[in-house]
Amino acid sequence: MALYSEKVMDHFLNPRNVGTIENPSGVGRVGNPVCGDVMQIEIKVEDDRIEDIKFKTFGCAAAIATSSMITEMAKGKTLEEARAITNKAVAEALDGLPPVKMHCSNLAAEALQEAIDQYQGKVKSNNN
Amino acid sequence: MDHSATTPVDLRALQAMEPYLTEEYGNPSSIHRMGQAARNGVETAREQVARLINAAPAEIIFTSGGTEANNLAILGLIEAMPPQGQHIITSAVEHHAVLDVFTYLGRKGYDVTILPVNRYGMVEPETLERAMKPNTALVSIMHANNEIGTIQPIKQLAAIARHRGAVFHTDAVQSVGRIPVDVKDLGVDMLSCSSHKLYGPKGVGCLYIKKGTRLARRVYGGSQERKLRSGTENVPGIVGFGAAADIAGKRMSETMERLSDFGRYLSGSLQRLIPDTILTGDPVNRLPGHVSLCFKYVEGESILLMLDQMGIMASSGSACTSGSLDPSHVLLAIGLPHEVAHGSIRLSLGRSNTREEVDYVVQVLPGIIERLRMMSPMAEEGKI
Ligand SMILES: Cc1ncc(COP(=O)(O)O)c(C=O)c1O
Ligand code: FES
Repeated sequence: MALYSEKVMDHFLNPRNVGTIENPSGVGRVGNPVCGDVMQIEIKVEDDRIEDIKFKTFGCAAAIATSSMITEMAKGKTLEEARAITNKAVAEALDGLPPVKMHCSNLAAEALQEAIDQYQGKVKSNNN
Repeated sequence: MDHSATTPVDLRALQAMEPYLTEEYGNPSSIHRMGQAARNGVETAREQVARLINAAPAEIIFTSGGTEANNLAILGLIEAMPPQGQHIITSAVEHHAVLDVFTYLGRKGYDVTILPVNRYGMVEPETLERAMKPNTALVSIMHANNEIGTIQPIKQLAAIARHRGAVFHTDAVQSVGRIPVDVKDLGVDMLSCSSHKLYGPKGVGCLYIKKGTRLARRVYGGSQERKLRSGTENVPGIVGFGAAADIAGKRMSETMERLSDFGRYLSGSLQRLIPDTILTGDPVNRLPGHVSLCFKYVEGESILLMLDQMGIMASSGSACTSGSLDPSHVLLAIGLPHEVAHGSIRLSLGRSNTREEVDYVVQVLPGIIERLRMMSPMAEEGKI
């Protein structure tokens, strides 16, 4: 049996939305305390929607595939909808992850939430 | 390109084994003709293995592999001694089949020293010299390292132990069959080897025990293997091991020369073509054809899977590949930071590898690293 599902391998070998955004609305960057990996997600927000989203990840195939998958899931969603994407939902969309790899999938949702937080924090402080 | 993990069974070794799985299936302990045929098979193999390492046949005890040989050497020696006040020494870069035995003995109350290594992964003789105590009973230091290929100065290390009256054991699983190993020249008291690393079958190995070295048995039962390893012998496995050892000895100098060339070329080309690459282990004193590198800003498992897609099989000591989520203890022991150890790759060449295959790796690996670096937030910042 292969280590990863076909979906994971597809997102790992052909990752969607790799890169960075010029003048992003929000950036989320989180590190994995367990094995020392880093994931970065940048978003461009317009009318409360994620217009564009890019990621960069230093980590294993599961980390890269979850980053890629979450950017696909979040693109075009409202901030509320994007915030509601759970680790579990990302893992399910990838047809599951090996149990030892579940901790990497936590990173993607955390990075996205941090990017949204940063944007909303900015918006708030601009309004003040 | 993962021959340090294991090797295929040589066809001639397989042919030597076959009769012992079918017609000659006797038990070597039986008096009758079939039993004696099996006995002859085992004893011929003992001579073949002994010849490869310049030992006497009576000094070879067959085991289920390198792991069991290491356990027997260390635990067998300790149990043959008075239970109190023993000091034992090993190194920080050992295989778990040695390191975990020392950890266990440490928990049981033995005085355990784990020697540090220099940045090439070598145990410096002075370090051992300083660590020796009047009550040091055993020193166990591996001959060649599986992850970084470094060959230890066993002759010097064994001499230090001998002068202080301690028994010296070496885990030579990675070196026997690949480079010349002569137990007399090395001056060791015990040495472990494993069949599946030298083109023999899996699940068989041996411990060389120099005449006069006293060990306690670890397995109770029949009186096989001088009562040091009870249980009906794995006759086909042992015969295959013997035949493979014989072939390894005959092909050694030719194979060594070719693999050293390939290794130097592969290692040199990759370091030249890929920026921010670090060679791990000793640049000179290393196993022929063993190339271990760290590529900064990328992670080993990702590299392995991309290589696998291209038909190249390698291994890595990265945290993400370990299952335990810590990078390999060997890479940490040579002083690599966690992030750098993350990008480790080992390519270990063997007999069947060709110049074309080596060229193919040189052709595809730089592209893989570049692709992964494009995805890595660390690369642009040159963070590590
Ligand atoms: C240095 C070293 N020691 C011991 C072993 C274990 O040998 P075996 O697989 O025969 O138990 C290995 C192989 O993985 C090894 O590389
Ligand atoms: S990022 Fe380390 S195991 Fe996934």
